[in-house]
Amino acid sequence: MQVAVIKYNAGNVQSVLYALERLGAEAILTDDLEQISKADKVIFPGQGEASTAMRYLKEKQLDQLIPNLKQPFFGVCLGQQLLCEHSEENDTACLGVFPVKVKKFLPENIADFKVPHVGWNNLFDLKTPLLKGLSDESFVYYVHSFYCELSDYTIASTNYVHEFAGLMHKDNFYAMQAHPEKSGLVGERILKNFLSL
Amino acid sequence: MLTKRIIPCLDIKDGRTVKGVNFVELRDAGDPVELAKIYSDEGADELVFLDITATVDKRKTLAELVTKVAKAINIPFTVGGGISTVEDVKILLNAGADKISINSAAVKNPSIINEMALEFGSQCIVVAIDTRNVDGIDFVHTHGGRKATILQTQTWAKEVCQRGAGEILLTSMDHDGTKAGFANEITAEISSMLSIPVIASGGAGNMEHFKDVFTFGKADAALAASIFHFKEIPIPELKTYLSGVDVSIRK
Repeated sequence: MQVAVIKYNAGNVQSVLYALERLGAEAILTDDLEQISKADKVIFPGQGEASTAMRYLKEKQLDQLIPNLKQPFFGVCLGQQLLCEHSEENDTACLGVFPVKVKKFLPENIADFKVPHVGWNNLFDLKTPLLKGLSDESFVYYVHSFYCELSDYTIASTNYVHEFAGLMHKDNFYAMQAHPEKSGLVGERILKNFLSL
Repeated sequence: MLTKRIIPCLDIKDGRTVKGVNFVELRDAGDPVELAKIYSDEGADELVFLDITATVDKRKTLAELVTKVAKAINIPFTVGGGISTVEDVKILLNAGADKISINSAAVKNPSIINEMALEFGSQCIVVAIDTRNVDGIDFVHTHGGRKATILQTQTWAKEVCQRGAGEILLTSMDHDGTKAGFANEITAEISSMLSIPVIASGGAGNMEHFKDVFTFGKADAALAASIFHFKEIPIPELKTYLSGVDVSIRK
């Protein structure tokens, strides 16, 4: 099985590769359209700013390719947000796979809710298959200031300021706001579940 | 619910763990990778590696170490110590660090915080502040707390936040090494004032100190070194205790 990890100007890509390596998966880091199309699984990692990332995806024509891919596809962190319709981060039109909006956390009380949302928070209302074997006490590691709204595509929620979409699923597309590659055994399980889809 | 983070700190010199690490199960007490794995397995929420290597040419060793750690563990970790340029940060992040921490370099040249945040995002820029109370006023200190500055801690904390720091690691030099508890007062003051998370450091001596810093101190995370290294407080026990006193913690 060949896993393609999409290369773009976003941080944290190395950690995703190491996590896949720990799971014994064969992964390549690439922005080549053909290599991505041919891969059995595709991971779209992230950490960065939405409009800059979209500009890069357009330059590489990845904005055309990604929504049409048919193999299991996993967007992580900024990768989840970019799969949505629109992000409030610099008013950015995104890839539109999920008809969902990305909004900024605007807590009324900054002493109670720091932004970014940094640290371990739990998932609840879990739906399989991606979350097979996990419970509502599953903690994952978050670092983000923008979030995806709840929708029919939400397969797990998290509560910070209010509830938001921790994970989403539509057809072959899966997405997660937290970092599975940094979420200990829970994250490892989610990646393993994705690889065995 | 977002949980409070427990963060062990490891001192690194020439790629090896230094300063009294006393783990019986360690085959090599100086191997940071092995120690990092143990902490990660025990339920540490994050790790901090503080490089105290003096010479510049030895810093290559640090990047190599970061890669080894990133390959071995699946929790976030921060690397600090002697980082002063955007290039330093790039090397460490590319090697696999999740965040970097800067201290003296930021005091010397505050705009470096803006540059780093712009280049890599605020989420990976931690600004470490060493504070000491002098005649009732809190002043920033640099060089491991030895050198006083004219910066007031509260003013500096506000400034680094505005310049794009993602988190503040606040060490009280008055409390560090005393085991008498964290500096709850100034930690609470700074945490309430800012929109970014504050990691409290210095003074941990027992489990109650952690409860106090998370409640009275309003800290988002607590960092300690020797009490973890010497197993005076095992992390699983600390987490059980904190859950029992209603501190939200990752199980």
